[in-house]
Amino acid sequence: MAELEAVIGLEIHVQLATRTKMFCGCELSFGDEPNVHTCPICLAHPGVLPVTNEQAIRYALQIAAALECEVAPRSIFHRKNYFYPDSPKAYQISQYDIPLASNGRLGGIRIHRAHLEEDAAKTIHVGESGRIRGSGASLVDFNRGGTPLVEIVTEPDLRSAAEAAAWARLLRETVRQLDVSNVNMEEGSLRVDANVSVRPAGSEDLGTKTELKNMNSFRFLERGMEAELARQRELIEAGGTVVQETLHFDPEDGTLHPLRSKEEAHDYRYFPEPDLVPLAPTEAMLREARESLPELPEARAARYREQMGLAEDVAALLAADPETADYFERSAKEADGVEPRVVANWVTGELAAALRQDGGDVTPAESKVEPAALAALVGLVAEKKISHGSGKAVLAALVAEGGDPAAIVEREGLAQISDSGELEAIVAAAVDANPEAAEQIRSGNQKAIGAIVGAVMKETQGRADGGEVNRLIRGQLGL
Amino acid sequence: MADLLAMTALEAHEAMVAGELSAAEYAEAWAAAAAGDDLNAYLWRADGDDGGAIAVERPSIAPIAVKDIFCTEGVPTTAGSRILEGYRPPYTSTAVRRLLEAGAPILGKTNMDEFAMGSSNENSAYEPVLNPWDRGRVPGGSSGGSAAVVAGALAPWAIGTDTGGSIRQPAALCGIVGLKPTYGAISRYGMIAFASSLDQCGPLTRDVRDAALLLGILQGGDPCDSTSVGIEGGVRLPDREDLSGLRFGVPNDIADQVFDAGVREVFEATLATIERLGGEIAEVSLPHAEHGISAYYVIAPAEASSNLARYDGVRYGMRADGAGDVTEMYEETRAQGFGAEVKRRIMLGTYALSSGYYEAYYGQAQKVRTKIAADFSTAFGAVDFVITPTSPSVAFGLGEKTDDPLAMYMNDFFTVPMSLAGIPAISIPAGLAQPEGGGPDLPVGFQIAAPAFAEQKLLDAAHALEQAIGFDVQSPRSGAPYPPMSGIKRTGSGGDGDG
Repeated sequence: MAELEAVIGLEIHVQLATRTKMFCGCELSFGDEPNVHTCPICLAHPGVLPVTNEQAIRYALQIAAALECEVAPRSIFHRKNYFYPDSPKAYQISQYDIPLASNGRLGGIRIHRAHLEEDAAKTIHVGESGRIRGSGASLVDFNRGGTPLVEIVTEPDLRSAAEAAAWARLLRETVRQLDVSNVNMEEGSLRVDANVSVRPAGSEDLGTKTELKNMNSFRFLERGMEAELARQRELIEAGGTVVQETLHFDPEDGTLHPLRSKEEAHDYRYFPEPDLVPLAPTEAMLREARESLPELPEARAARYREQMGLAEDVAALLAADPETADYFERSAKEADGVEPRVVANWVTGELAAALRQDGGDVTPAESKVEPAALAALVGLVAEKKISHGSGKAVLAALVAEGGDPAAIVEREGLAQISDSGELEAIVAAAVDANPEAAEQIRSGNQKAIGAIVGAVMKETQGRADGGEVNRLIRGQLGL
Repeated sequence: MADLLAMTALEAHEAMVAGELSAAEYAEAWAAAAAGDDLNAYLWRADGDDGGAIAVERPSIAPIAVKDIFCTEGVPTTAGSRILEGYRPPYTSTAVRRLLEAGAPILGKTNMDEFAMGSSNENSAYEPVLNPWDRGRVPGGSSGGSAAVVAGALAPWAIGTDTGGSIRQPAALCGIVGLKPTYGAISRYGMIAFASSLDQCGPLTRDVRDAALLLGILQGGDPCDSTSVGIEGGVRLPDREDLSGLRFGVPNDIADQVFDAGVREVFEATLATIERLGGEIAEVSLPHAEHGISAYYVIAPAEASSNLARYDGVRYGMRADGAGDVTEMYEETRAQGFGAEVKRRIMLGTYALSSGYYEAYYGQAQKVRTKIAADFSTAFGAVDFVITPTSPSVAFGLGEKTDDPLAMYMNDFFTVPMSLAGIPAISIPAGLAQPEGGGPDLPVGFQIAAPAFAEQKLLDAAHALEQAIGFDVQSPRSGAPYPPMSGIKRTGSGGDGDG
């Protein structure tokens, strides 16, 4: 049997960080007392009517622009009818056959559609388990009910759990940088469901999928998809078939449980919402959405790779963190004659490590290390004015107190020994002091040189250039 | 006091403005009259203990009766349904707020068919309203209470809602004026939804000028209703006296329609009156209007099935006791809370929207609706108005059609096409006719429909016609027992003036 390839599509719900709800004037909230952010409209009293939140439309248009979607000139809202206590109208206002946005792309993955809708309220099952079974009563908190959501649906373009999780992170960073959502998975402002199937590698057909819900962290998302892919592969390899169903991830034990099929037997009886007029964004709104876009992670990473020569992982790391990326760019600009690649490595490597050691909750941009100071420091090392080791010592001092690296070098006497006569004498003494190592080097054991280099560095307190020391040792030994 | 009640709302308003009438005294006289409700027309009246909840501090215009479908903060609002028994909304509808802001005291909330589904008021969970012309007969529906209080002198004027004829048909059956404005002319915010794409608030009044005055207060775009736009330029009081230069289109298939001989006679007499006033009668073709009822009885129940799903016993209103789980609670609450007609329409609508049936029913009905709207557009290219009888018959007997829903639905035959097209239409009393089964004469309504937002033109023409017809709208309350018919002339029976 051919190897079974993973086919994954994601459905992402992004809660928009508007001031008010999607169709009424209640403020959005998280963690407040139950049912304090409610009104006749979001409680679905008789006679109320929805009015679309204009800010939510603007935010959704920004997301559509960031995902390079086509925006429908007139999209319409539909009613999705179902009875459940968390749905006070007994229908959700969503979009159905004409979504706000479609045919987009992010990070090489096709976006099928992105549409606006409203969030449900929260049902809390009273009882020890917190689950519906065995619970004596249910309470409903309508604070969340009516929160604006953008639902983003990808094409089934993802080929592994790791790729899907990485892509979901890229999406989160992209949306975060638009400043339209808190995109917090634990708090539910970002929710990722996965449609997972497998098929023989090379096949064009799609296998039967299962839908994975309730994975409230990227770790759980990846674990959930991996577990489900493994289950499907095992099932098919044993001659079985996958049944289409919805599986709930249990973060307690990391397992997936099917929902009872009865709850799934929905006919939502979609029909156009007669209480709302079509959503027809003006040309000005579309332009504003496009022009408001910051440089998004994908574009920034590409620029770092292609124009600044950064390694792929460093470029992605920086692009995902615009504040640090901006810091890097300022440093790189100040660093005359040093390749941006080297500056980037210092920012993501040495500086990050030094900040971690110093306590860990300060970002480069917040730290006492000015971009110009970092640039100067990287310059000193590159020009071999100080050794790499000394550079780390200077960086530690910069993290602690800020200031000018040249002054710290001066104060701490860290300047590299540039007098070759002085260094030659130290090397000669070190060779003499390590005859065994010298003998081994002569007989071809190159690794033995470390002992002599170490002795030189100890004597010079790290102020010697490693390459130069190596060269001098070999010269002393006549190699 | 009798003199006070004899004035139209406009006459009273003019007397108040002139300082000849105390608005408070006038309102008190009407409150006293309303307290004598013997038609089961009011479900709640402001003269009770809780009347202060929506009191107007300084009355400045005639008090008004409000169909119990409009939410009124702190005041019971039932939509004629058991499921909303005891419900007091936490907010007030835009229409009622506009009335209160205009200084109109609310006399009470009027009885209606449950959730506005019905043409006889017999679908009220609180017993039917009686027709003031003959208490053995229905007042029409669903705004039957609002029509009866105006005809029965229990209120000077009233507001109702019209989805497929629910203002015009009861106005016709009670011998008063009923106007369904253009969809979007008046905010629907706070008006309990039956079929959202059709529902429209409108006035039920003694005459056309009162309707214009009331429409002027009610109309206007509302930020709380995305589908409301108001009437550009507002509404003036009509003063036109002739109909010269105006063309009135009669549907060319009207002769084939089934309606009472008496109604036909009044209709034809009214055509003659129009001509006498200088108007021109023409034939128009509305080829799809005959499918109006079919389309309406798919679209309206479909929307209703969704609009009424919120009555689940969770947040307000009635909740059935003793349910074991949430599904059972829904089922029991809705089984006990809704009446038979509401259940019938929820089932019809749910079916029409079901996956696999949507296109065949809802999709098809929407296409018919578009065709009907296009028919009217074409017709209005050739005529100024389309005219029909309002209702195929005069008021029928209580219980006469309750076992035959289809016969009941046919009451809306003439009114539904305008609802589907979203255009304004008014019913004015055009004369009296004998019911098919015999008995004293009863009012006959005449319907005039105009292009969208042409309310002013419609009111102007209706006013001119009304003046010429000279219908005495005050007759049914001129003394008990109902109905004394003195002084009423049968239009077209060779009486004075009609040619």
